[in-house]
Amino acid sequence: MSLKDFTVPRTARRLLRAEPNLRMFSRLWQINWFFVLLICCLAGVGYVALYSAGGGRAEAFAQPQLIRFCFGLLMMLGVALASPRVLRMLSVPIYGLSILLLALVLKMGHVGKGAERWINLGGFQFQPSEFSKIALVLMLSTWFYRIGRDRMGNPLRLIIPALLTLLPVVLVLKEPNLGTATIVGVIGASLFFAAGMRWWQIILLVSPLPFLGPFIYNHLHDYQKARIDTFLHPEHDPLGAGYNILQSRIALGAGGRWGQGYLHGTQGQLSFLPEKQTDFIFTMIGEEWGYVGGVAVIGLLFLIMLSSMLIALRCRNRFGRLVGLGIAMDFFLYCVVNLSMVMGVIPVGGVPLPLISYGGSAMLTMMFGFGLLLSSWVHRDDPD
Amino acid sequence: MFFRRDETRPPFRKRSGPAADLPFSEEQAVGGGMFTRRALLLLAAQAGVMGTLAHHLYEMQVVHGDELKEQARRNRTSRRQIAPARGEIYDRCGVLLAGNRPNWRALVMAEETTDLQAVVDRFATIVPLDDRDRARIERDRKHIRRYVPLTLKEFLTWDDVARLGLNAPTLPGVLIDVGTTREYPFKELLAHIIGYVAPPNETDVQRDGIMALPGMKVGRAGLEQTQEVHLRGMPGTVEMEVNAYGRVMGELERVEGQPGARLELTLDTALQSRIRERIGDRVASAVVMDCRNGEVMGLVSTPSFDPTLFDGGISRTQWNALITDQGTPLVDKAVSGLYPPGSTFKPAVALAALKSHAITASERFSCPGYYDMGGVRFHCWSRYGHGAINLHQALKYSCDVYFYQVARRCGMEAIHEAAATLGLDGSLPIELPHMRAGSVPTPEMRRKHGHHWNGGDTVNAGIGQGLVQTTPLALATYASRLATGRLVQPHLLRSVSNQPVAQGFEPLPFANEFLAAARSGMFAVVNEPQGTAPAARLNLPGVQMAGKTGSAQVRNVPRALRESGHFNSMNLPWQYRPHALFICFAPYDNPRYAVSVVVEHGNAGATEAAPLAAQIMTDTLVRDPASRTSLSRGVVARADGLDE
Repeated sequence: MSLKDFTVPRTARRLLRAEPNLRMFSRLWQINWFFVLLICCLAGVGYVALYSAGGGRAEAFAQPQLIRFCFGLLMMLGVALASPRVLRMLSVPIYGLSILLLALVLKMGHVGKGAERWINLGGFQFQPSEFSKIALVLMLSTWFYRIGRDRMGNPLRLIIPALLTLLPVVLVLKEPNLGTATIVGVIGASLFFAAGMRWWQIILLVSPLPFLGPFIYNHLHDYQKARIDTFLHPEHDPLGAGYNILQSRIALGAGGRWGQGYLHGTQGQLSFLPEKQTDFIFTMIGEEWGYVGGVAVIGLLFLIMLSSMLIALRCRNRFGRLVGLGIAMDFFLYCVVNLSMVMGVIPVGGVPLPLISYGGSAMLTMMFGFGLLLSSWVHRDDPD
Repeated sequence: MFFRRDETRPPFRKRSGPAADLPFSEEQAVGGGMFTRRALLLLAAQAGVMGTLAHHLYEMQVVHGDELKEQARRNRTSRRQIAPARGEIYDRCGVLLAGNRPNWRALVMAEETTDLQAVVDRFATIVPLDDRDRARIERDRKHIRRYVPLTLKEFLTWDDVARLGLNAPTLPGVLIDVGTTREYPFKELLAHIIGYVAPPNETDVQRDGIMALPGMKVGRAGLEQTQEVHLRGMPGTVEMEVNAYGRVMGELERVEGQPGARLELTLDTALQSRIRERIGDRVASAVVMDCRNGEVMGLVSTPSFDPTLFDGGISRTQWNALITDQGTPLVDKAVSGLYPPGSTFKPAVALAALKSHAITASERFSCPGYYDMGGVRFHCWSRYGHGAINLHQALKYSCDVYFYQVARRCGMEAIHEAAATLGLDGSLPIELPHMRAGSVPTPEMRRKHGHHWNGGDTVNAGIGQGLVQTTPLALATYASRLATGRLVQPHLLRSVSNQPVAQGFEPLPFANEFLAAARSGMFAVVNEPQGTAPAARLNLPGVQMAGKTGSAQVRNVPRALRESGHFNSMNLPWQYRPHALFICFAPYDNPRYAVSVVVEHGNAGATEAAPLAAQIMTDTLVRDPASRTSLSRGVVARADGLDE
């Protein structure tokens, strides 16, 4: 027994043992710092926006979120150093844990805005549905890595990953959180696609989907139907269900080309915007910074998507590529659903804007995901 | 699967971004080609979606920006009306009679306190609250609306404000605010004329929405009531920024309203207060009119009341004191007190008779001291009678028997018509809501209301008793018309917003010789030996006054008592004594002012009302330099005086 046994956690020791020839420093050197910088920029935008959402006070939202981000940054760097082998090893327990948490949240979750989404984990609230996306990416990547590209043509080989995807989708749908369930499903599907699913299989699967629309609508909860109705006709109930959409539209429009000025957005500062620090943070940015600010944020988000996809493309091994693509898709879907929601393109569902919206679970799981992405960058030249 | 250093990899610093690694050949990884194709497909989709979103944002923010901006503006602004300042009232010399005084009040926002009762109690230790304040706070608390402050105390002094400011930290939610309250510097002196304002009631609000604005007042009496249209003004608007909960965050724009019009009255406050002094503690009323243009310069009714009591809320004891006072302080006796005109009516009867050619001025009637008609004996005020006298003498001595006969001869219709022409019957266009019309009824009019007419009623009307009733204002108008021979109309408004209130008067339908006969009789009353009112002679060089006394019985004197020779009305209880009246105009040769005085239960016009009227006339003449210059110019044609 040496001093190292007490100071360094066991997992870390195992990680270090796995690559004895690479020192910690040189592996840190391998991290894609340009990507880390982009992440920090995004978090910076979040800090600035949350400062405004708190009415010009950092203590309200910006400060706690910054602390979370710093914690998440450390976690991301830690995960980035983990070897793909260990990650594959951990994929099954992580997936199992996420399913367990999803089941748990259905049993004893906290009701927030008509849906059971929160679980209390020793003092802080946690959204297992966020975590399940990352778990699914890891799980499917591991699975597709094991079966390899050649066996993708065999439909029987795809049954188990399909079930692995459907399980969290159904559980999240039960919560009920339609927005996140869709994201989880699309992430799964994109991994199937990227892993080499045959085109005829894809066409076979996708073709019946349009006919399922009415069926799905009939099985929606009343509040979800109401949301769709509201989305289609927000002006029917401007002070009730349509309020969010209308006020968000007004706020964005009020921003105009150049914005109303930082801390001077009337819709946000005068509380007309609901959820301005969480789901509708982009509206606040758009109102205060105008189209210029909004497009800058969209550009930054796309830059991160592009970098993520390039990391995945640059990767020489199948696992890294799939993980990278999964995380990139996760981030992309987050952004798209949130932005479309606040712009009134799709019905409202509780999906935050990654790293900008106020909230712990989404931030930490996203940082965990970026950690996985960076890990596949660090180990990009590992052979299959 | 071990991590291996790849020595062939380019150095790190060349890799400034992931893009630097592209492209790489397919043989780098098995199946890489397919993955690359599909990943690029997804990337393209991502780029497309993000581009679409950016375009959508452009549509919203730039293309539809303006209309949505307008919606946002409507969202956050709340337009409110603000009460206009009520018009001020000035007298003819520019003295403020009714104005607006800032009213500092303490309010409390119920939302900003945790324990309202504790705050109220602590407030009471700093600024004392009486039982009425506490009761009102208790009542207001029950139906208070959100973000509408509750009034703790009004009319704070500077000391109160300073002490509250010092203790502000211990009074959460308490704020000091300034409103206005109506101020009447002359209080009692002009209470009846100016009237007073009170907070609007439900009916006022229904009639005009702006009355619902906080701080609006509605005139409840006097000129405040009749000139409401002028005094109210137009409300301004203020645009406030409000948040989603309707709470006011700030003021954006303010459009000041149109304050109420400035009213200038014909009154002379200095004269008014002089008249008030002259009357003293008598229950009396006096009217001073410029007889050429009808401007009412003095209009006094005693006792009076303090009009500010009503704006601030009147207490029960104060109210009871006002309504039980024998002198009826709430009644403006000068305008709404109806009195029998008594002998002051005689010139009107004389004019009626002359006009109807029932008599001539020189025709003599005999007065033995009484007049019998239908078994009823009507007495002259003089037990011994006046002998055979003509009109001049009858007016000078104020002989009753002469006018009994004249009244019978010319008939009630002619008397009514003359009285109406002279302003004694019917309404006058004075700007006061409580004006009451005098009445000189005809038998026809009485019968229409189901009353019987006795021959004695006509006889009594001949000396202004019985069914004849009129007001001091009507008496002054009557005196003015007698003096000028024109249809002078009394009025109180000199100008509204500096626009003069124009007046022009028609001549009366009486021949000049008839009017001259009546005037000369009135001149004799004051200035000739044996006239009834030598006490009314003016002590001014070169100015002479004409007048007529009146003593109006309020109760029949029993025949036995009168015949006993020991009757003296001074021995009656106060409320049964006759009213003392006097009407006059001066200067006699170029009439400028007319005065009427009614002293309630003053016993005799000659002793009680005439000297008072003379004093008032002297005050009026002395006060007005214009009258002195016109005197120095000597005799001026009366018609000229009207055109001045």
